[in-house]
Amino acid sequence: MSGPRIRGAQIHLKTADELEAMRDSGRIHARAVATLKEAIAPGVSTAELDRIAEEVIRDAGATPSFKGYQGFPASICAQVNDCVVHGIPSEDEILKEGDIFGADLGAIYKDWHSDGAFTVAVGEVDDESKRLIDVTRESLDRALEQVRPGNTIRDIAHAVQSFVEAAGFSVVRALVGHGIGSQMHEPPQVPNFVDNGRGGVYDTILQPGMTLAIEPMVNAGGPDVVQDADGWKVRTKDGSRSAHFEHTVAVTEDGCWILTAP
Amino acid sequence: MAKKQTKQKKEPKMIRVLGTVVEKLPDAVFKVELENGHELLAHVCGKIRMRYIRIMPGDSVTVEISPYDLTRGRIVWLHK
Repeated sequence: MSGPRIRGAQIHLKTADELEAMRDSGRIHARAVATLKEAIAPGVSTAELDRIAEEVIRDAGATPSFKGYQGFPASICAQVNDCVVHGIPSEDEILKEGDIFGADLGAIYKDWHSDGAFTVAVGEVDDESKRLIDVTRESLDRALEQVRPGNTIRDIAHAVQSFVEAAGFSVVRALVGHGIGSQMHEPPQVPNFVDNGRGGVYDTILQPGMTLAIEPMVNAGGPDVVQDADGWKVRTKDGSRSAHFEHTVAVTEDGCWILTAP
Repeated sequence: MAKKQTKQKKEPKMIRVLGTVVEKLPDAVFKVELENGHELLAHVCGKIRMRYIRIMPGDSVTVEISPYDLTRGRIVWLHK
């Protein structure tokens, strides 16, 4: 089933059966997330967490979608402190008390993708980091409140940006959410900011059957990011911490169906 | 996995170049030799015509060229 075109590309609207299949994928994803959360503790390496997530996903009969995607070498993105996204897990990167750790992971089950992320505190962290995580989590909740037929992507973007900036943090501009389905990245792009955005992606009206990966990325300092030498890891330019939450959701007649919910 | 934001491609802009008028042709068209040695045909823009400004061979002018056709231009400024 096809829907509106954006920049010449068709947005794929999923049938009820297809959404069910995506929900199955999302359940497996949620299982991996839950297992990961239990394993996060000071002294654990990010490579170890990567192995745990991969094992959960494969045991469920699914495949980690990040591994091999454009050459990415792992199943999760390990996002520690100032790493915004796409950190490569490593044996040498060991979590310590006071860190914040974010994980972004994806699973493919029966050719349907799910993509989700979360950020947690490792042990006890300072109040500002706690606030960063809470604000980012809530910004995703607010974004999801906007997901219903008739609303636009601008509504989602505005919900995130206004809440985050009111809290004194900034929204990353360089990276955006995206449609998702039989591919990890599908049109439309889902920015977390509005700025001067006009037309195009912002006016895309949400229709039942659209599946989106909505992922606010929030920096404690400024919104600028830099790419590391490894070609993957993205860090905040000013070294401030960054949090990331993501869910794969479907637009339904009644509103929003969180496919990656536990 | 987050996606890098890709904006819509922008239209390439017109290029402005300095040149010297070589020859006057009919209908307010001139052959202009640019700084880089290229020669092209340039017509006079409306604003210059509006002011009855006369252009002669030997004058130094700014020509606006489209990246799609480098053999035609528009004279937009006459330098004194």
